Amino acid sequence: MPAGKYKNMLTLTHFLILSFILFSIGVAGVLLRRNIIIVLMSLELIFNSVNISLAAFSYFMQSLSGTIFVIFNITIAAAEVAIGLAILVTVYRRRKTVYVDELDEMKG
Amino acid sequence: MIELAWLIPMLPFTGAVINGFFGSRMPKKTVGLIACLVMAGAFIISSSLFIKILSLPVDQRSIEVTYFTWIASGAFHLDIGFLIDPLSTLMIMVVTGVGLLIHIYSVGYMHEDKGFWRYFAYLNLFVFFMLMLVLGGNYLVMFLGWEGVGLCSFLLIGFWYEKKSASDAGKKAFVVNRIGDFGFVLGLFLLFWTLSSHGVTSLDYKTVFASLHHIDTATITVITLLLFVGATGKSAQLPLYVWLPDAMEGPTPVSALIHAATMVTAGVYMIARNNALYAMAPISGEVVAVVGICTALFAATIGLVQNDIKKVLAYSTVSQLGYMFAAVGLGAYTAGVFHLMTHAFFKGLMFLGSGSVIHAMGGEQDMRKMGGLHKHMKITSVTFIIGALAIAGMPPFSGFWSKDEILWEAFEKGHTIIWAMGLLTAFLTAFYMFRQVFMTFTGECRADRHTQEHLHESPKIMTVPLIILAILAAAGGIVGISFFEEGTAAHHFLSPVFEQGGHAAANVGGHVAQNGEALHGGMEAILMAVSVAAGLCGIFLAGLLYYAPLKKYAPSFWRPEVIAAAFKPVYALLYNKYYVDEMYDHIIVNPIKRFCGWCLSFDLGIIDGIVNGAAWTTRLWAWLLHKFDIYIIDGVINSAATFTGYNSGFWRRLQTGRLQNYALIFVIGLLIIVGSALLG
Amino acid sequence: MLETLNINLTAILPEILLTALALCVMALDLIMRRGASRLVLGYLSIIGLLIILPVSCVSVIDGAFYGGMVKADGFSAYFNAIFIIAAIFTILISMDYLKRVNINKGEYYYIVLFATLGMMVMAASNDLVNLYVGLELMALSFYVLVAIRTASSKSVEAALKYFVLGALSSGVLLYGISFTYGVAGTTNFTEIAFQARRVTILDPYLLLAIVFIIVGFSFKIALFPFHLWSPDTYEGAPTPIAALLSVGSKAAAFAAFMRVFLVALPVYQPHWSRIFWGLSAATMLYGSVVAISQKNIVRMLAYSSIAHAGIIMIGFLVTSDMGAAGVMYYLLVYAFMNIGAFTVVTLFIRSSGRGESIRDYRGLAVRHPWLAFVMSIFLVSLAGIPPTGGFTAKFFILSSAINAQYYWLAVIGVVSTAISLFFYAKVIFYMYLSEPDALTEGTAGGAAGGADRDLPIMSSATCNIVLVAAAVGTVLLGIYPTPFIDMAIKAVKPFFLT
Repeated sequence: MPAGKYKNMLTLTHFLILSFILFSIGVAGVLLRRNIIIVLMSLELIFNSVNISLAAFSYFMQSLSGTIFVIFNITIAAAEVAIGLAILVTVYRRRKTVYVDELDEMKG
Repeated sequence: MIELAWLIPMLPFTGAVINGFFGSRMPKKTVGLIACLVMAGAFIISSSLFIKILSLPVDQRSIEVTYFTWIASGAFHLDIGFLIDPLSTLMIMVVTGVGLLIHIYSVGYMHEDKGFWRYFAYLNLFVFFMLMLVLGGNYLVMFLGWEGVGLCSFLLIGFWYEKKSASDAGKKAFVVNRIGDFGFVLGLFLLFWTLSSHGVTSLDYKTVFASLHHIDTATITVITLLLFVGATGKSAQLPLYVWLPDAMEGPTPVSALIHAATMVTAGVYMIARNNALYAMAPISGEVVAVVGICTALFAATIGLVQNDIKKVLAYSTVSQLGYMFAAVGLGAYTAGVFHLMTHAFFKGLMFLGSGSVIHAMGGEQDMRKMGGLHKHMKITSVTFIIGALAIAGMPPFSGFWSKDEILWEAFEKGHTIIWAMGLLTAFLTAFYMFRQVFMTFTGECRADRHTQEHLHESPKIMTVPLIILAILAAAGGIVGISFFEEGTAAHHFLSPVFEQGGHAAANVGGHVAQNGEALHGGMEAILMAVSVAAGLCGIFLAGLLYYAPLKKYAPSFWRPEVIAAAFKPVYALLYNKYYVDEMYDHIIVNPIKRFCGWCLSFDLGIIDGIVNGAAWTTRLWAWLLHKFDIYIIDGVINSAATFTGYNSGFWRRLQTGRLQNYALIFVIGLLIIVGSALLG
Repeated sequence: MLETLNINLTAILPEILLTALALCVMALDLIMRRGASRLVLGYLSIIGLLIILPVSCVSVIDGAFYGGMVKADGFSAYFNAIFIIAAIFTILISMDYLKRVNINKGEYYYIVLFATLGMMVMAASNDLVNLYVGLELMALSFYVLVAIRTASSKSVEAALKYFVLGALSSGVLLYGISFTYGVAGTTNFTEIAFQARRVTILDPYLLLAIVFIIVGFSFKIALFPFHLWSPDTYEGAPTPIAALLSVGSKAAAFAAFMRVFLVALPVYQPHWSRIFWGLSAATMLYGSVVAISQKNIVRMLAYSSIAHAGIIMIGFLVTSDMGAAGVMYYLLVYAFMNIGAFTVVTLFIRSSGRGESIRDYRGLAVRHPWLAFVMSIFLVSLAGIPPTGGFTAKFFILSSAINAQYYWLAVIGVVSTAISLFFYAKVIFYMYLSEPDALTEGTAGGAAGGADRDLPIMSSATCNIVLVAAAVGTVLLGIYPTPFIDMAIKAVKPFFLT
């Protein structure tokens, strides 16, 4: 790759790597964090990593449907987080905890 | 009459439905009446069908009837239909005839039971499935009946479910039969798959038999062996015979109908029906014959030392079934089916007789506590002795003709070892059967005073079936006597069914048969004499041991206790039935139990283990991620307090936090699939 | 994407009607007095669904609509029928159940309707966007429904587990979808298939996308390593919702699988069918083995449902019209037999937690011969014993596997069926051959104190309707499957034309 004017250019790969990193962090957050709020935030991170890759594909392929998909995604994610927080509230009322590892009444 | 054939199974089914749904609200009389009437109806139609078939010319005796297309889709075409031919009509005669008698008998035997209606609903249902099994014109209907009789057998063995031994026996029968059925299903699948790869998608017997030339010998050997595995389960052959002796926990008429006369012979019927397949696989035939004769001898030796009146009969059933398998395995299908019929008569009779005895003894089954019952129950004892003479192979009783024919076929086809084993079994059979007769009906009564006072002959409703069965057991051999030059009546009637099998069998052992033609008459008479002598020998030796008038002539070493002491290890081995049950427990049942326990702890133990293991490997990764966390997530929201609690809680969380265990497994599963997809 | 928009309201008439129905119920719930019984909403939903059922069966039109996003073919009609039947059954048993657990919430009914709508959108979609929106509509509705017993600590725990794992799986699915879009340049199934046929070499990104999509939907179907949520969620959720989850959500995910893999990605069949092979085999064995050791009947049914999913998978992965039709037929039968079994279970569940153990079924035949009888029909069918629908369904699936030469899978299917007999038979055995347990008798509660007194087990009229309909359906599909199989074959034929 020649130096000069292309040096600062962002390619699709950059976006995909960013998306992958965000996705991995999100997954790791879901796996490792005790606090349900942070787990929910990690889930949001996963959704947004996908949005980045969708938007990037859409931009580099000059195809609109990816962008439309992103808008759908954002809407759905909003609904999702609303329900997630509602469930979190009921969990807290019932169990007086926001730590996922304290919720193991059912197993086996 | 052919048009009415569908009524034969449907009548018992109707009885089962009526009794099953409304029986609990009907008086016992009505329940019994309905059950017996539907059986009588089925029997009458069966008889007229039988006569109809007899009246047809020989080459038109095989009639296929299709009632209903079950699954028809593309190449698949499964029908519900019957195949009415000499074999199936003979079978329905036995099933409905013996079944009717046993139903009538049961009305008397079960009259005090609170599950009266349930009993008759099950019994009628059983007859329905059994009739489907034998009438079915394709493998599907046979399989339906095959599974259905198993279900009814399970329900009826565990009929007195309050008794733990009874419900255990039911479970055992269920499990063992499943093992057999597994082989059976595999065999059927293999058969259809092989045929369908040659464009034959029908399951009708006729179509299947007509297209067998597509299949090579190796495949057909595997198929027939797998089918035989099913037969060993259903018909209680080595090594799956273990459930039958335990099945005696069920009511005695059930033992008579299901575990002696009909269901257990389904395996024999199945092989006879598939004679075309077995004819193409001589190795399978040999295996069937060898397993059969080994079972016959094996079960007979166990029968020698049993003290429970029904257990003796159970082992003798296993042993007699072995005879039938030996016969069909050798290609002597007529002899096998003939013995099936006579066995249904005399063994049904003996079971009902033993039921009469148990009834009189107030539920006692131990022969050591019986004795001298002849004085109290003349009809039972006379009919029982007729049955014993028949099974011992004494002429002119039915068992003589059928057993003799099996032995003769074995000898004629050159299988002298099988013949010798069969002869030895015949001797043992005569011995233990008359040991039973002498212990039960002769000598002094060894029961307690209370039982003795209550000894009585059973009511008419029970003795009349006994008498009819006794007549059949005595005279049922008529069809086996050589009236015609070219063979017996049974041969004449059944041989068209076995034509295909017969041809191939003739090719296998043809020269022996031809050479033996001249010797036929003389040799047969000699063999007959030998087998009768063996039977007489057995009866005599049993008499020396157990029959008071003969006992005094016995030498001093010929006493039960002396023999038992002298051959203590052998006696113990036989008494404990070769420890087969214990062996199965150790080798199969316990490991399975342990496996189930292991499964139970799978989620708790193994998955946690996986989680732990994964945690070790991902610790570094997690630590690194954690460093990121501080800046990206924690840095904004949480303070360093979370961080300090993080490491301490790390392990604990993975151990107990189920949700994240799930998520971790989810991700591990994802990674494994990604890895295998990218690498593979 | 340049084809005409092709707007056709008839094509999405069932969806429109269902949306209208749900909104009506919602509006009615808002204007009703607080505390007034919401049962009327349940009846309204049922009447509405009964009207939509025939409509959805006849609104079959060739072609793709709304820019190629929506299909109204026989395939979606077949699945719509399954969803609507499942929804009707679920609402019928819910009305009785909600009364018993003291929940008087109108949202229960319209959220069930929205969940059904989500399933219908999934089955009718011809585009990844549409598919995903339908999936989320269904999933979000289920998250709420699982949590609706806010007073129960189990219910909220189940909802949280289901939500977090469900969202994770949605994320994974989305990631896969985004890669598919990146490689193919479109989200439309037909165009993806066109692109895939042009470039026959499998792009590693696309392979990754396939894996992610498989995992995302496998979660909904509860295939083996992604099944962990299902026993907990079924146990914690209201029992009728567990029934709808096990039937509707599973069927919808199968519909999605078939749309994506049979329409969009048939070219890569050797690649994805290998993955499904492993998942199916592991699921069948795991589900049936673990179910044996279960003590709780709902958990047992959950594992049984996992095992069934594995077997249904066979019919899908063999990629033949026989197999695909077998999947659809199996799901139809499963709707009847599984909801039937869940209905009996629902009648047993008490707020005190009693009635959840398999041991509570001892001696049921003596006390409630009718319940024991129908329960046996359902269990026999689940076990795959003729003459029930469960048998014919298994028969079709396994024979399609043999036809397509997946012998080992067929053998594993037979083994799993044989294993599963143990735990189904155990329940029948308890019902018919065991003494009733004194504790399960409602009257025994009196001794334990008034607060713990249980209502006697009584089947209400609505539940009886479900029991009769499910039993008749189970047996009818067993003895006369031909028309239903033919319909299914006709529905999937277009998938295999190219």
